[in-house]
Amino acid sequence: MSNKKLHDLTTQVRRDILRMVHKVNSGHPGGSLGCAEFLVVLYTNIMNRKEGFDMNGIDEDLFFLSNGHISPVFYSVLAHSGYFPVEELNTFRLLDSRLQGHPTTHEGLPGVRIASGSLGQGLSVALGAAESKKLNNDNNLIYTLHGDGELQEGQNWEAIMYASAKNIDNLIATIDLNGKQIDGATDDVLPMGSIKGKFEAFDWIVIEVENGNDIDSIIEGMEIAKTATGKGKPVCVLLKTMMGNGVDFMMHTHAWHGKAPNDDQLEIALNQNPETLGDY
Amino acid sequence: MKTYRYTEKKDTRSGFGAGLAELGRTNPNVVALCADLIGSLKMNQFIDENPERFFQIGIAEANMMGIAAGLTIGGKIPFTGTFANFSTGRVYDQIRQSIAYSNKNVKICASHAGLTLGEDGATHQILEDIGLMKMLPGMVVINTCDYNQTKAATIAIADYEGPVYLRFGRPAVPVFMPEDQVFEIGKAIQLQEGSDVTIVATGHLVWEALEAAKGLNEKGISAEVINIHTIKPLDDKAILESVAKTGCIVTAEEHNFLGGLGESVARVLALNDPTPQEFVATDDTFGESGTPAQLMDKYGLNSTAIIDKALKVIGRK
Repeated sequence: MSNKKLHDLTTQVRRDILRMVHKVNSGHPGGSLGCAEFLVVLYTNIMNRKEGFDMNGIDEDLFFLSNGHISPVFYSVLAHSGYFPVEELNTFRLLDSRLQGHPTTHEGLPGVRIASGSLGQGLSVALGAAESKKLNNDNNLIYTLHGDGELQEGQNWEAIMYASAKNIDNLIATIDLNGKQIDGATDDVLPMGSIKGKFEAFDWIVIEVENGNDIDSIIEGMEIAKTATGKGKPVCVLLKTMMGNGVDFMMHTHAWHGKAPNDDQLEIALNQNPETLGDY
Repeated sequence: MKTYRYTEKKDTRSGFGAGLAELGRTNPNVVALCADLIGSLKMNQFIDENPERFFQIGIAEANMMGIAAGLTIGGKIPFTGTFANFSTGRVYDQIRQSIAYSNKNVKICASHAGLTLGEDGATHQILEDIGLMKMLPGMVVINTCDYNQTKAATIAIADYEGPVYLRFGRPAVPVFMPEDQVFEIGKAIQLQEGSDVTIVATGHLVWEALEAAKGLNEKGISAEVINIHTIKPLDDKAILESVAKTGCIVTAEEHNFLGGLGESVARVLALNDPTPQEFVATDDTFGESGTPAQLMDKYGLNSTAIIDKALKVIGRK
């Protein structure tokens, strides 16, 4: 997809995120906005995806969202990637919807392979899927996304240790380094020191993307990550992003982690992101 | 009255190991995971024969449950192996979100359940696992009684699509169920026909229930014994048909009375046919160190306790 189209799609995804959380006055816009460019690039330019959806995902790349609270961006990108009608975004968090507050397979939403929301579980699941691909002689890749605050969950470190010990080299785990979590800056809540140093100490290949909200930087970083696979080691992308990116008053603060804009705030936010592909 | 004899005692975990080994030969999608307890779970034969389908996770049960969930994506049928305590309480949220809520085809195989783990004491003797697992929507819960039944159940659950909790144990216990049995999930097995009292037992208590029936028979009391290997889904029909004849029931399990088989049976009776019931189960307590026999005696989980409760419940009719 051309750069212009990627930008247009990202802007539309931002509008979707804002409108989804505004409608139900709940959800997590901050982290969603911060990862809009990444997920758009991943689904349109990076992943090898088949038409349609089947749970086993044989002969295609798979993605697992571990920090399930950024479901708005996930749902919007899945819809724009053809997994379900874009109009269904209108049902986000409503009774009887397939678009639950946090992603789940329970209602059969195409594009979702595991429930997430209770944090720290996604990497383990991805490792299982990676092992399954190896058993099936399927050379496609497993992609994951995790929050940086989420790394405070201990299960991650069990999985990080396993991945290198067992040479899981068909997996690219991306960490959304926005430096924020619900209660404030990660450095204030529980400083984690050098995340890069930690992954390297666990013998992962680490690739840093300094501007994780820049489409070209993401493409470049993910292409490098792809070439790093198949070498006996797991690959980690440290993606530095801005929580709330694209909406000036949602940036540089953790306040919009789990808060929806009111009517006036929505109007301001949407004006900063003019309609590109058409609202649902 | 039927006579049950046994020629040998074997541990139910070895039945699991034998069943898993057979699955390794017959079902190429079956994979096994273990968290540093291969010997205790008797998984060696499967591993020797299928090293590429075995995953040693290390002492990291949460990671094991997640990896098992992920392995199903791509069509594998993962069997996880560790102690019952580490298969449930330690990893409850991983099972809840990544396996049960996500409806993944994972078989959680749990050894050393209950007091009969013995000398290691209460840190390892879980008496709450049936309750934890049966409360998860969609989770099948099975507690087998001897080597043959555990082997048959292990093989049967591979053909069932969905999450299963299979509970078995450490000590050598009488082998009395037939070797060639067909294991049917959710289908109770009547072992003795009787008219005065129904004894519904699961796991290691099934043999004790048969012994109790013999003892009751000597007192002129006719006890019906039901081997209820599947706690969820419960065979309501078998229970209701039996109490329609006997008018009272004793449930027996190596588990806390809170959350166990007995409570599931009580619900069926309360809804359909209120019936006097007595519980052979632990009394909301942790276990302790001791030999399996000493512990089962101290905590009232043997044939003597079943006879006492049977006499009591008959008196309440």
